Amino acid sequence: MANRTKMNWSDVTPRPLWLNRRALIAGMGATALASPALAKIAAQPSRFSTDAKPNTLEEITNYNNFYEFGWDKTDPAANAGQLKIDPWSVQVDGLVDRPGTYDLADIMKDRPLEERIYRFRCVEAWSMVIPWIGFELAGLLNRFGVQPSAKYVAFQTLHRPEEMPGQRAGGINWPYVEGLRLDEAMNPLTIMATGLYGENLPKQNGAPLRLVVPWKYGFKSIKSIVKISLVAEQPPTTWQQLQPSEYGFFANVNPEVNHPRWSQATERTIGGGFFASRKETLKFNGYGDEVASLYSGLDLAKNY
Amino acid sequence: MIARLDTWLKRVPNWAVWLAGFLPLAWLVWLVVSNDLGVDPVKEIEHRLGKIALWFLIGGLVITPLRKFVGLNFLRYRRAIGLLAFIYVVLHLMAWAVFDMGLLLSQAANDLFRRPYLIFGISAFILLIPLAVTSNKASIRKLGANWRRLHWLVYPAVLLGVVHYLWQMKVIRTEGWIWLAVVILLLATRIKFPKSSR
Ligand code: HEM
Repeated sequence: MANRTKMNWSDVTPRPLWLNRRALIAGMGATALASPALAKIAAQPSRFSTDAKPNTLEEITNYNNFYEFGWDKTDPAANAGQLKIDPWSVQVDGLVDRPGTYDLADIMKDRPLEERIYRFRCVEAWSMVIPWIGFELAGLLNRFGVQPSAKYVAFQTLHRPEEMPGQRAGGINWPYVEGLRLDEAMNPLTIMATGLYGENLPKQNGAPLRLVVPWKYGFKSIKSIVKISLVAEQPPTTWQQLQPSEYGFFANVNPEVNHPRWSQATERTIGGGFFASRKETLKFNGYGDEVASLYSGLDLAKNY
Repeated sequence: MIARLDTWLKRVPNWAVWLAGFLPLAWLVWLVVSNDLGVDPVKEIEHRLGKIALWFLIGGLVITPLRKFVGLNFLRYRRAIGLLAFIYVVLHLMAWAVFDMGLLLSQAANDLFRRPYLIFGISAFILLIPLAVTSNKASIRKLGANWRRLHWLVYPAVLLGVVHYLWQMKVIRTEGWIWLAVVILLLATRIKFPKSSR
């Protein structure tokens, strides 16, 4: 209830119901003519997008685990407003030919933006469908010149307790860190998202730059990234450090691998109503065709 | 002051306590009807019912120390408060089975005995059943001294309930520690120290 009194940007700017990708593309010309203020970010459709109906913008922006802004899923929508995302730069270091601190505009320069409508599966056994806008991480990493000795990519979220009240509370060793194996990072499904529903990424969803790895549990998709390091050893990750028995490095969505807290066999679809909102969880969140081969020969029960 | 409050309290009829006890439920129903529970009403209902159950369980434990240390006597409302707690635990359990698990009963049953936090929760519930069943004058008469012995089960039940609450958090927050501290403090007031033989 408390957060109802606070306005957030989704209250101020009512958005037309999202229909589908085709409507976006078809409508783009028309809206640009009618009112430039409503112009959407130009983004190409992608063959990786699902046909499933996306969740509403309200659902996507008011149900977030972004503990930097508080423990409750409504806290990020209430508290992320104070985050300053301009200027923004990303430090790139480790085993790369061109390390440095890159301005956001520089990071995004020449990156082909696509709309990727992905299934999103949280380790807490709920799911959404989200129309991200972003670019493939592989293209970005290649720009930095990845050295052959690099085997992993480590990511770090902004640490700015003045603007992130959750970082002033204990419980988690800030800043939030995550990582991928290099081949996972280079997979075409792995994107850096900068937008959502044709607009810039809302702050509570990890503005201005976040990772999206759709076949892994949501906590892998680290938000508000300020540092990318190419490294030789598997980097530490926040949840694995907190509870190694519950959260692994791989964190692939897998209904067959039991989690001590939540059965992963099914998931609740947010927006699915009061009854029968549970559906079966798909291995690799349904992206097995694209990523299963990355893990051939790996015991997924041990490497959870 | 306390004495006057105490005599005033004695005039509050039991039905008023029941009525007040259902206010949190009425409020929750109102929030559902007015579509005011946010994006995920299922979790919200489940969590709120769990929290209300905890309030009433703790409310039941406060009565004895209030009488002992403050001189306020709520004893005649304890049965209503205890039964209300039980009702909210049942509603909480039902919200889980029906809305959260979507009545996937085999998965639910499987979860119940595999997830530590659910084991604590269901154990608390099971311990509370005999207490709810014997919360009537006939049982008190029939069971005699055993009634008191039986109702001692409320202590482990509340402790299990609060442990369940803490355990379901991914990272235990301050609020959780505060509730645990309150329960432990209230249980500590029950410890009988042997009278020193001087
Ligand atoms: C004395 C008994 C119980 C008490 C006092 C209790 C209390 C609570 C509280 C306070 C919460 C968290 C609410 C919040 O975060 O605001 C909770 C969560 C929960 N409880 Fe209970 N509970 C009890 C028994 C049960 C039982 C019997 C079940 C089911 C078998 C159950 C299932 C759950 C579930 C599924 C959650 C949510 C976990 C999650 O969201 O991850 N509880 N309970």
